[in-house]
Amino acid sequence: MPKLIDLQGQVLDNPWVLLEKDTAADMAASHESMHLIVPLQLWLSSFESLTGSGKQIAVWLDSDETAGSIADSADKAAFIALNFPGFMDGRAYSTAVALRKHHGFTGEIRAIGDVLRDQLFYMRRCGFSTFDLKDSVKLEDACKGLKDFSTSYTSTTEEPLPLFKRKQA
Amino acid sequence: MYQYDEYDHQMLAERVAQYRDQTRRFLAGELESAQFLPLRLQNGLYIQRLAPMLRVAIPYGCLSAVQLRKLAWISRHFDKGYAHFSTRQNIQFNWPKLEEVPDILEELAKVQMHAIQTSGNCIRNTTTDQFAGVASDELEDSRPWCEIIRQWSTFHPEFAHLPRKFKIAVCGTRKDQAATQVHDIGLYLRKDANGETGFQVLVGGGLGRTPVIGQVIREFLPWQHLLSYLDAIMRIYNLEGRRDNKYKARIKILVKELGIDTFREKVEQEWQHSINGPATLTLDEVSRCKAFFTDPAYEELEDSNKAVQDRLGSDLLFSHWMERNVAAHKKPGYRIVTLCLKATGNAPGDITAEQMEFVADLAEKFSFAELRVTHEQNLVLTDVRLADTPALFDALKQEYLATPYTGLLNDIICCPGGDFCSLANAKSIPIAESIQRRFDNFEVQRKIGNITLNISGCMNACGHHHVGNIGILGVDKKGEEFYQVTLGGSSDHDTSLGKVLGPAFAQDEIPEVISKILDVFEVHRQEGENFIETFRRIGMDPFKERVYAKVD
Ligand code: SF4
Repeated sequence: MPKLIDLQGQVLDNPWVLLEKDTAADMAASHESMHLIVPLQLWLSSFESLTGSGKQIAVWLDSDETAGSIADSADKAAFIALNFPGFMDGRAYSTAVALRKHHGFTGEIRAIGDVLRDQLFYMRRCGFSTFDLKDSVKLEDACKGLKDFSTSYTSTTEEPLPLFKRKQA
Repeated sequence: MYQYDEYDHQMLAERVAQYRDQTRRFLAGELESAQFLPLRLQNGLYIQRLAPMLRVAIPYGCLSAVQLRKLAWISRHFDKGYAHFSTRQNIQFNWPKLEEVPDILEELAKVQMHAIQTSGNCIRNTTTDQFAGVASDELEDSRPWCEIIRQWSTFHPEFAHLPRKFKIAVCGTRKDQAATQVHDIGLYLRKDANGETGFQVLVGGGLGRTPVIGQVIREFLPWQHLLSYLDAIMRIYNLEGRRDNKYKARIKILVKELGIDTFREKVEQEWQHSINGPATLTLDEVSRCKAFFTDPAYEELEDSNKAVQDRLGSDLLFSHWMERNVAAHKKPGYRIVTLCLKATGNAPGDITAEQMEFVADLAEKFSFAELRVTHEQNLVLTDVRLADTPALFDALKQEYLATPYTGLLNDIICCPGGDFCSLANAKSIPIAESIQRRFDNFEVQRKIGNITLNISGCMNACGHHHVGNIGILGVDKKGEEFYQVTLGGSSDHDTSLGKVLGPAFAQDEIPEVISKILDVFEVHRQEGENFIETFRRIGMDPFKERVYAKVD
């Protein structure tokens, strides 16, 4: 089974199946997997019926889809996955921050797509909680990326007080 | 000067270790080139035409003698015994080996230096006026604010993968020597009616392919909110800046496409989420940062000196140097001395290891062991006693560092160009040299007066040619190197962008073209005018006519 890692650097089983953007509602309903990550459009049009189907349903946002678009129904999802179409596309960092800070989302945010070890620390600081790495070999090794730094200067989602306030405390 | 605390040291050590491992994985084939690329860029390493180039940050231009000596040592051990000051208060090594860069970074860390975020699509080194803290016309010292921004921007997790690079400048002096208006964000220090500090915030300035002057997004931002407001601008840019076309990815394009009013509204809305939040600055923190930039132990001195006066009367070279390279200081009896790295035949901004060590010694002897680097690619000793200026001058002469051309024609700002840079359309250093040779005479230069001449080897505009009174841009015409000339640029408070004079010229025509331009200036110049003032008064046509006149 595919694997993912969490904030503690534990390697977890990943039973989740990602449905592509144009997937229709009936396709999702009849999908064999009980763990589906559905695209935003499908989620918005059908999350009530999907979540009522006995399956576990999560939603994924592409990098051009906003935190605001999911704000009202975020709590109904098993988790929110944010896609990195390429690791150089940094929009999802801000989307994660917006979900946490502006919309008070406290559930799981998963990084999916072109997720690489060398970006893990910044992702966790922005509020991501699980990481579906692109290359799932050597996951134990990749976990080290979560701990590249012991702290951050600026206010982050994970540690809202900036360093200068923590120092003063 | 700012001194690292345990946290600064620790994070820097962690960064070096991180990059060492990334380099190891790259060399072992565990990291693809494309994945390694932004990692090395955000540690200052480019792959250039001939070799890698390592760009080291000199945060807001402040450098200690100890640091400069370390840079000299690095240039000898890991490079060819020289380095290059860029136009953004950075220093560049042109020949390091990729596999040795982690060692270089480790050496730099020992003197609180690094190459973090000196390249790549992230927030770059914050720049400011080289006279900050000592200028006689200063509203407030910008350095503590620069340090606050340095800490905020360093390893900012949200903004390491922006659509494009991002540059911030801060200016607290009345004469803007930081080219503030052509930065992605420009901050002018201001005081409100109650004397409280704040910032006028400009956004969307920049040079490169599409030069734009920044627009005011906020007239007055109280200092407490500096970081949350910057976060808000950055977040809007990160989410909405274009990522489909590298040439349209800078914030200036987003601001242009949305219009400044719409952009401002978005930022304000975003800001409402974080205003008065955890990022709000405290008086404690600002005071802590300010404490690093207090005055050194100045003596109470007269603002005149008999020996200096005598020397001025008897030594022409000394008087030239005093006139051009020595500026007023806020403290009586002190002067600010510019070391002009523009001796003819010396590539602008280049400095040898010996010169670096020599200057480090002078800084210790004459200027409280600190110096500044400028975006004009010169060095500055900020706190020299007037009485010491003759001794300093004598010393500088030995290492060809007393060239009295500061602010004059030969003080050319020039990018490395085709001799080093793989993006270049044309060489730039030989152009600078050909101009310098032609005009290498103090009387001639003094007569021309204050003028800026900037050269870039391509559209990326590292030589800031758009804001040179005279700008020269290398262009490629069917595989041959040509040079386009612009006139009328300025990077001062009244920033303007140069306009194209006309068809481009071959390399060997340039000195003659410059000469003709200066002739026109001379003919039309009114009493007391400098080049930019005359140009603004008479416009482009007289220059065009003269330069492109048919010879029969
Ligand atoms: S302006 Fe062009 S040629 Fe000059 S350093 Fe920049 S990229 Fe290279």
